[in-house]
Amino acid sequence: MTETVFHRSKADLLPERPPPPGTAGAVGWVRENLFSSWTNSALTILSLYLLWLVVPGVFGWAFLDAGFAGTDRTACEGAGACWAWVDQRIGQFLYGFYPREQTWRVDLALLLLVPAAAPILFDKLPFGRKALWFSLAYPFLAVLILLGGFGLEEVPTDKFGGFMLNITIGLAGIIVSLPFGILLALGRRSQMPVLRLICIGFIEAFRGIPLVTFMFTAALLLPLFLPSHFNWDLVLRVIVVVTFYAAAYIAEVIRGGLQAIPRGQYEAAQALGLGYWQSMRLVILPQALKISIPGIVNTFIALFKDTTLVIVIGLFDILNIGNQMVANPDWLGLGLETYVFISVFFFVICFSMSRYSMHLERRLDTTRR
Amino acid sequence: MTGKPRHGPSLGRLWTDERVRGAIFQFLTVLGLIAFVWFLVANTSDNMAQIGMKAGFGFLGDQAFFDINQKLIDYTSTDTYGRALMVGLLNTLLVSVLGIVAATLLGFLMGVLRLSHNWLVARLATVYVETIRNIPLLLQVVFWWTLLTELPRVQESKSIAGLVFLNNRGVRMPAPVMEPGMGIVVVAFLAGIVAAFFVTRWATRRRMETGQPFPSIWVNLGLVVGAPVALFLLLGQPLHWDVPVLGTFNFSGGFRVTPELVALWWALTVYTGAFIAETVRGGILAVSKGQTEAAQALGLSRGATMRKIVLPQALRVIVPPLTSQYLNLTKNSSLAVAIGYQDLVSVGGTILNQSGHSIEIVGIWLAVYLSLSVGTSAFMNWYNHRVRLVER
Repeated sequence: MTETVFHRSKADLLPERPPPPGTAGAVGWVRENLFSSWTNSALTILSLYLLWLVVPGVFGWAFLDAGFAGTDRTACEGAGACWAWVDQRIGQFLYGFYPREQTWRVDLALLLLVPAAAPILFDKLPFGRKALWFSLAYPFLAVLILLGGFGLEEVPTDKFGGFMLNITIGLAGIIVSLPFGILLALGRRSQMPVLRLICIGFIEAFRGIPLVTFMFTAALLLPLFLPSHFNWDLVLRVIVVVTFYAAAYIAEVIRGGLQAIPRGQYEAAQALGLGYWQSMRLVILPQALKISIPGIVNTFIALFKDTTLVIVIGLFDILNIGNQMVANPDWLGLGLETYVFISVFFFVICFSMSRYSMHLERRLDTTRR
Repeated sequence: MTGKPRHGPSLGRLWTDERVRGAIFQFLTVLGLIAFVWFLVANTSDNMAQIGMKAGFGFLGDQAFFDINQKLIDYTSTDTYGRALMVGLLNTLLVSVLGIVAATLLGFLMGVLRLSHNWLVARLATVYVETIRNIPLLLQVVFWWTLLTELPRVQESKSIAGLVFLNNRGVRMPAPVMEPGMGIVVVAFLAGIVAAFFVTRWATRRRMETGQPFPSIWVNLGLVVGAPVALFLLLGQPLHWDVPVLGTFNFSGGFRVTPELVALWWALTVYTGAFIAETVRGGILAVSKGQTEAAQALGLSRGATMRKIVLPQALRVIVPPLTSQYLNLTKNSSLAVAIGYQDLVSVGGTILNQSGHSIEIVGIWLAVYLSLSVGTSAFMNWYNHRVRLVER
């Protein structure tokens, strides 16, 4: 028996044929993703119909028919939005009652936030870890710039308002609530029963109760709890309750992270002779915080959105300023414009925060190589 | 240390003993806490003495002197503060229950749509979730409320098919009026649900034992819908609708829902729906692909795969965060205070302003919301225990 050996050269192969019509390219994509079945086609057509109903109308309202310039209500007689009005009041939206000639200080504080936040948010920057000293000094610097003193004109916090107030409260809450939340999470998992009970009580109380009630507490009860001569700033009180509130949520997020760390890591740290704080700082927390990042950022986003709640105790943040303007008889019927305008501010900041957290998750994901 | 004997009492050794150190630290913490609380209490009683106020819940029996337009139980301004708070609590529960039902439907729909194979639909659902989640809820509440109050006046109401009327005083819709006999239909409906439950259980057991399928869907549909409808027709349709009619100044007939309730309910639904959608999506994605493939290999259709294989397993992941979303919605209903929907916080705020009893009112708020949240976490623990994976 002779073995038959087949030799094939490239020339013997059939030439490549194009894919069946309508399965590749744009047409194929549309078929696959939009019209793969009857229900799918129906859904696509329904969605297109909805888009056709909504998009041209919204686009026309916001841009084509909108009035962009003018000084009073007559500037926008068209059917579209009246941005002229927003344009007139932009100063109040951003700075509240902060003295007009001093608003450069707000801008400066915001500008300095960039070099202060950059070394925390991104690695591979010039100056390396040394830049973190500036980040550490930034909160004090910002307080100094905003409040004044040392030659600058002093601005009391009741002049704070507009978006600047939201950012001030939100940023202060974010900066303080993270370390506080970490301590609470560690306390909740402590071996010491008394400490554990106190932390559990604190966390559950703040998580179980709406922030609105804490706003009332900040405005009405805190002054009652302290000596009467002790005059405490309202904005500071709000920052305190917002911080406590966010810290309780962050503590629960981090507790989840701590629970996800295998026992072996704790034992290995002990075996290396590390004390409690050393093992936490060098072994446990870096891993636990990494897992907790999405939850922590979500808490920050929630905190920032919750800064609007100050309106229930009469502070003039951007939303309250908007509310006042909507009620202004000279510019009646501009609710839609005002709230859409304010939404854009919050959306941009909160959306960037959530995108950044996704980026961070991918960067810190060491399990995938 | 080196010169001393290794055993025997020594202050230094005592300090290095972890348990002793822990005990001392805890003792100091308790002392500090007591001192702090004592400091607060002393200040508070001082301050209250200065403004001449007495603590206590006696004021709840005083006359309220304010009106509440949205109420589930009888209430007038001559009633007591206590009853006003009760009205507020019921309003909180009302908007929470309405919101939870609607947000669950919307959230599940959007969560499933985000995973749709249809590119356009998935994108639209994503846009909804990302937009709504990144805008403060309070802003949304105020936004919808402003839109509703900018609706035309009563005389120029927008009508939907001549049945539902929208105007700046809210939504007016037909009210069902029951006639004698309707009670029997309702009872039949409820009995149908109970019967359907038992039929399903029996059918499942029979299928488990014998492998024979039973058309339980059709039988149940007959029991729950068919029988009551037949009874309804048999009894001569003992129900009619009281349709609102526009008079000279206002509508007569029908019932009115205030713009505050509609705005709050709608905002809570849309906002919480976006979060529930994310929860649902995460839960479905958490079911391993092998389960779907195994179901397909068994020849189950895509709908059946979703219903019988994926969703039951996804629910295990979904329910705990879902209950905390429900709790969030209930807590968020307190934003009512910004638009004047008279919920517990809103009514409490009015009483607080009138009577000055801030400590007691805040105490009531804390007690109510804490018991709601404790109840929710109790349910969550029970459910987790029930659905946990039973492993060998």
